[in-house]
Amino acid sequence: MLSLLSKCSRFEQRCNRKQQSVRVDSFKCRLNKLNRGIFITKVKRSNGEQQSALVEDEMGTDSLGRTTKKMNLFTAINDAMDIALTTNPKAVLFGEDVAFGGVFRCATGLREKHGSSRVFNTPLCEQGIAGFAIGMAAQGATPIAEIQFADYIFPAFDQIVNEAAKYRYRSGNEFNVAGLTFRAPYGAVGHGGHYHSQSPEAYFCHTPGLKVVVPRSPVQAKGLLLASIRDPNPVIFLEPKWLYRSSIEQVPVEDYEIELGKAEVIKNGEDVTIVGWGAQLLVLEQAITMAEEKLGITCELIDLKTLLPLDIDTIIKSVKKTGKLLISHEAPKTGGLAGEIAAQIQEKAFLHLEAPIARVCGYDTPFPLIFERFYFPDALKNFEAIQKLVEYDFSK
Amino acid sequence: KNKRSRRKSFEIIRTSIHFTMISSSFVRSLGNARKISVPTFRNNVTKSQIKLHPQKVSSKGFASKADKDGIKLEKVLAYPGEKSYFEDKFRFHTTKEILPTYRIMDEEGRILNSEEDPKLDKDTVVTMYQHMLTLNAMDTVLYDVQRQGRISFYMTNFGEEATHLGSAAALKMEDTIFAQYREAGVFLWRGFTLDEFMNQCYSNSQDYGKGRQMPVHYGSRKLNIQTISSPLATQIPQATGSAYAQKMAKSGNCTVCYFGEGAASEGDFHAAINFAATLETPSVFFCRNNRWAISTPSTEQYRGDAIAGRGISYGVDTIRVDGNDVFAVYNATKAARKKAVEENKPVLIEAMTYRISHHSTSDDSTRYRTSAEIEIWKTKHEPVKRLQKYLTSKGWWTEEQDKNFKSSVRKDVLAALKRAEAVKKPHPDECFTDVYDQLPPNLIEQREEMRQHLKKYPQNYPIDQHLS
Repeated sequence: MLSLLSKCSRFEQRCNRKQQSVRVDSFKCRLNKLNRGIFITKVKRSNGEQQSALVEDEMGTDSLGRTTKKMNLFTAINDAMDIALTTNPKAVLFGEDVAFGGVFRCATGLREKHGSSRVFNTPLCEQGIAGFAIGMAAQGATPIAEIQFADYIFPAFDQIVNEAAKYRYRSGNEFNVAGLTFRAPYGAVGHGGHYHSQSPEAYFCHTPGLKVVVPRSPVQAKGLLLASIRDPNPVIFLEPKWLYRSSIEQVPVEDYEIELGKAEVIKNGEDVTIVGWGAQLLVLEQAITMAEEKLGITCELIDLKTLLPLDIDTIIKSVKKTGKLLISHEAPKTGGLAGEIAAQIQEKAFLHLEAPIARVCGYDTPFPLIFERFYFPDALKNFEAIQKLVEYDFSK
Repeated sequence: KNKRSRRKSFEIIRTSIHFTMISSSFVRSLGNARKISVPTFRNNVTKSQIKLHPQKVSSKGFASKADKDGIKLEKVLAYPGEKSYFEDKFRFHTTKEILPTYRIMDEEGRILNSEEDPKLDKDTVVTMYQHMLTLNAMDTVLYDVQRQGRISFYMTNFGEEATHLGSAAALKMEDTIFAQYREAGVFLWRGFTLDEFMNQCYSNSQDYGKGRQMPVHYGSRKLNIQTISSPLATQIPQATGSAYAQKMAKSGNCTVCYFGEGAASEGDFHAAINFAATLETPSVFFCRNNRWAISTPSTEQYRGDAIAGRGISYGVDTIRVDGNDVFAVYNATKAARKKAVEENKPVLIEAMTYRISHHSTSDDSTRYRTSAEIEIWKTKHEPVKRLQKYLTSKGWWTEEQDKNFKSSVRKDVLAALKRAEAVKKPHPDECFTDVYDQLPPNLIEQREEMRQHLKKYPQNYPIDQHLS
């Protein structure tokens, strides 16, 4: 036991020293101001199995006096689903490989706790998962359907767009799929390539009847997921897979929700409005740090959280103050959500704009493997865009 | 002759030596192996020559194996489909067996096997027949009404009446129904009124669907029939999910799903049957194999043993019935429902029938099939006439009653039509409701835009036809 503890603390020391470039489970974690440190270690349990565990199951309290626990993104999502399954006897969770805990460990321990009839594997068929979930919701249950990677959501696209989104409308509210939630990991991961890195939010934002929600951190994920599960509309919940292990926060242990449809100003500023969601906010945070240092400005950072329905009013309020807008997302530029936001802002705040709206997005290519570093809308590209915004001269 | 017997005995010896060599090493190598299927050789080797460890497979599908030292090895899963056997002669396998078609009433209305006669009472059978006549009358009128431009679209059900009434009569109201679009008889059986049909076809303000979908996209919460949607086969996996939710709620009911043989080519069908089999849902899948998917005959739709053949390969209990024999359909659905509800097992029913009608009002089926073919099915195998013959033979229905009912039901249909035509369309604001449970900001904004626009240009829009 003693040797185990000393082993842990020695690993921890190594972690702390190598904080800039610790490799955890093949994910390259980048340090940033919002997430401090990585406290993941391989612990050898008494039955000889190796397991990833948080060394410090530290408890704490947040600013609202709620008891908190150190959680990463997948643990927070796991906690949210645990609460959903506990508080709603009609809630079920299913998808590919969900029974053993899911390939991203989001479903760890849920089958053991809630039973095999409520947490189960389905055959390998996304269109089946989606159709099955819709039918369950139509019968009054609360299905949480996991799609293993957002890249594989497309076989389910017909069911989601043609059926789930239109279920209430086409039946004249005789029927609905209120309890339906889809969850899928999305986004760049460093080595995902075409089919493990996509951000398909734009396809779904183009579909009336759906809600699309993207959390940025564990605290947000737990609250938003609980709100999504309980929202009486079908919700697509996209989880930034890059942050599953690397994003760690003190998360309230209680049952709480974060309101859907409301964007949040997570950093106040006067000179530039910057809009993003999910993992991209960490990138934007870095860009803002550079910009504030080098250009002597202050930037206002907005997390959209809910992409559909869009909270355009929060952005308008900010743009009226700053006059300059930058929107950044990993998804390809053409047809991406940044275009929709830009169109709405130029409609509603045209005369407040002091520069063209900037969009820093992925290039219009499939997500490439070896070129990811070049493709990605990173902090430097965003810094360049901020600089261009700030230095834009109307007279020229 | 001697040569042959010598050869034979040599073969036996060779194979048995071969086998014992292999079997001992094989058994040794089994050790910690996960395979539990028992290899048997089919060529002239008797069982006594084979020494094998007996496998015990528990009812839960697990086999635990202990080696000779009594050390318990890990439990291994008994995977379905692995109860195969080895054979050392190469050959391809193909479907040879065609599933038979269950039928108990022939074209003349005679019961072929009294043991299988459901012996339904007069009221039930007469009601079934009357619903068939009502369906025919409604289809005839609404088809013409579409041709006159008074409704935009319609689909008739001629030829498939028995599939509707036979199956619907075998279900309970608590059984949820998902349908495709050619199941109006099912709606009729459950109590959907002529007014309700007409309101939906006219997209007026009394349509439960609030005029949002094309005609024949009926739905009724009180009758427990989910609203029809145009994309084919999407309802099949939904039906599986609905059944699973019923199983979880321990409601003792099942979900029945109707679809055509063309829709069964969609991936959603395969997904749904597989899910139903693996998740053990109380589902009844009812395929109306009416031989035509618009202009595509079933010879271009599949090569295997139609839809019933697929059910078997997915591990689902299957029956093929004569879809024009209302009693066979009734029996099959009743038994299927029983199995689904009592054993939580899905059942697939393939009802062989024929689409006498065109696919829809946008179709002229004589362009791709002969009138002669249609005529055969309209006369010889036609389900309504067949049931009429049965009723007449039982003395439950006369020519006089037939004539009177047909004329009175036509009057009812025309009266309902007139009523529906007079009802105004829904308020234009209903364009924006029910997208979500509540209007989001963008829809509130867009609704206001539309209102202002209509205020400015009232004469350019059919505002008078709608509620205001």
